[in-house]
Amino acid sequence: MQLITTMLLDGLSYASYLFIVSVGLTIIFGVMKILNVAHGAFYAWGAYAAAFSITLLADNEYPDWLGFVAIFAGSIAVGLVLGSAVERLILRKMYHEEEVLIVLATFGIFLVLEDLIIITFGVNPYFAYQPMALLGQVEIVGIFRDVYSLSLIALAGVVALACWYGLNKTKWGKILTVVIYDREISLAMGINVQMVYLVTFMVGAGLGALGGAYVSPTISVVPGFGVDVIVLSFAVVVIGGMGSIPGALIGSLMVGILRAVAVHQLPQFELFVIFAVMAVVLMIRPEGLFAPEKQRTI
Amino acid sequence: MKFGFSRLMSRSALVGGAVAAALVAAPAIAKDKIDVAVTAFLTGPAAGPFGVPGKQGAELIINAINGGTMPAPYNTKGFAGAMLNPLFTDESGGGAKQVGEYRNLVQKRNVDAVVGYISSGSCMAITPVAEELKKLTIFSVCGTPRVFEEGNRTYVFRTQAHAVGDSIAAAHYVAEKFPDVKGFTGINQNYAWGQDSWKFFKLAMAKIKPSAEASSKPQFPKIFAGQYGTEISALSTDKAEMVHSSFWDGDIEAFVVQGLARGFFRNKKFVSVVGGSAIDSLGKKFPDGVVMGTRGEGGILLRHNTAPLNAWFVSEYKKAYGVFPLGPSYQYANAILALKMAMDNAAKAAGGFPTQEQTMAALKGIKYQGIGGEIALTLGNGHQAVHPVGYGITKWDKEKGEPTVTDVKFYGTDCIYAPPGKNSEEWLNAGMPGAKC
Repeated sequence: MQLITTMLLDGLSYASYLFIVSVGLTIIFGVMKILNVAHGAFYAWGAYAAAFSITLLADNEYPDWLGFVAIFAGSIAVGLVLGSAVERLILRKMYHEEEVLIVLATFGIFLVLEDLIIITFGVNPYFAYQPMALLGQVEIVGIFRDVYSLSLIALAGVVALACWYGLNKTKWGKILTVVIYDREISLAMGINVQMVYLVTFMVGAGLGALGGAYVSPTISVVPGFGVDVIVLSFAVVVIGGMGSIPGALIGSLMVGILRAVAVHQLPQFELFVIFAVMAVVLMIRPEGLFAPEKQRTI
Repeated sequence: MKFGFSRLMSRSALVGGAVAAALVAAPAIAKDKIDVAVTAFLTGPAAGPFGVPGKQGAELIINAINGGTMPAPYNTKGFAGAMLNPLFTDESGGGAKQVGEYRNLVQKRNVDAVVGYISSGSCMAITPVAEELKKLTIFSVCGTPRVFEEGNRTYVFRTQAHAVGDSIAAAHYVAEKFPDVKGFTGINQNYAWGQDSWKFFKLAMAKIKPSAEASSKPQFPKIFAGQYGTEISALSTDKAEMVHSSFWDGDIEAFVVQGLARGFFRNKKFVSVVGGSAIDSLGKKFPDGVVMGTRGEGGILLRHNTAPLNAWFVSEYKKAYGVFPLGPSYQYANAILALKMAMDNAAKAAGGFPTQEQTMAALKGIKYQGIGGEIALTLGNGHQAVHPVGYGITKWDKEKGEPTVTDVKFYGTDCIYAPPGKNSEEWLNAGMPGAKC
């Protein structure tokens, strides 16, 4: 019982992290049909913005709970500033280009943003552990767990609910659905597609940044740590179906829980499991588990 | 005629041989300046805790030698009189990129030597290329023993001892300080360094502390993984009370932060082979009671050692960079010192500025004074260094407001390395015959 509960909690915790990071990627792909390699850089910028603010607050002896404000404020700032800058200054000029060129452009943006991190924050690590320390720990089936990592599960739930509500219950969601199905008809109907793209990209970038910002108190924030996130996010999104939010959720859960089982039972297969799942899904259903075969959905 | 031709050929061969021998023995044309590539992680997760301290250690020593301000025995100016012009290059990007960079340094930028490399993956990738391009290369940090145990090298040297000594010393330390330990597991990065470290620690424990059982489920996460929540759970549910780790770079810091939040270090005895960088970066957050190594005589184990060269290094380093030198600072400094010592000795023997071959001949088997103690290139046919390796137990010093280590003990080279010519794994499996501890 202890082992199963522990594996389940570990898996859920990791899946939550994967979902928060990959949902932004899948939203951008679903609406804009852009495979955004720069997503890893938004993740890293979110982590740096949060870690820098948290350490600054701690150094000036502000209360630790303000760290949570820094996490969300940092994510929103990255989404608004970097997301809008990248969309308006670079991607907007490339929508008529082939998809592969846009992917290459986002790769270039990733490299530039990574270098900007080094220029801005230097190479020394940042430790912003105050929010994690504030929430303390709890013993579950004989294993101590930090409440902060468990709160990631709640955050992922909130993000998933917000995405579902936003897409299915709001006017904005209906507009988004129309743009996803046909950009030209949307334009003809008077929808401001450019604005939809801008907002979508900012939201996607902000979610990537939120992933980085929320994990920043648990890690050593160092340059280059956004690279692996791209690979993991792509694996999750491909498993679930590119552009599908339920797919990202199920893909994250599959990867998270299977990885936890591997780490506990067959640690040498930890890396193998993630990509084995992806390979099997691609063999059986090349478009991913939740993507329709003919049309893109979100 | 045939005889005459043969005699002519013999004479030609003799003359040719003599000319060749003279050329080899003759000093090179004197140089005012040598260009030496110094490679370390300058970006990426390993830059802050390893690459930058390493670069700073090299930079400090190069400046001091160029300026003639180093204490004895390095108080002569320059490298065989020449000023060393360092070309600092970035080690990040993986083995394939490093091989390309190395070729660029040697073939396009015509460097006189290459010094550095932190990752064992980099060293494994660079070794065959260095031999192919015939360029003197001194590895400064990487730890896998495979570099010199999987082949004879001519152009590659390493002034840092390999992982076997770190593992055996750790096993001795554990056996002495924690005689009641019944089981151990490990968390090590999934590449050459991590795998070798665990393998040799496990082998050493089987011989030194056979009553302690090795776990069947050691963890091998990907390097720079950053997230260790699941691994910490798995280690916590493992009945082994001791955890061995060769984590370095940002990984050790992330692991400690995540482990602290879960009370991991209260429940498990943690043995860190090379986590010294995290002690300074985490400060008083770093847990007390961790068994800590620095892969030799350097870093926090020698912070307040008053030997003249060490005291000078610590003092100058703090003056220049405002922080204490870490293990990699010592290791890069030691690699530069080996180059100086070899070039100076070769110049004396040749009666002028030494060629690369003369420098390599002087470097082979050299014994010299490193920053923290004596270093001897006795393994790998005179290409691989050995030096004592020590461990201590971490403790936050409230009065001084700085981290410290207690119960420091160093293990001599006769105790922790296989004799020259012996394979480390076979020697360990045989019960370390001839080891003098």
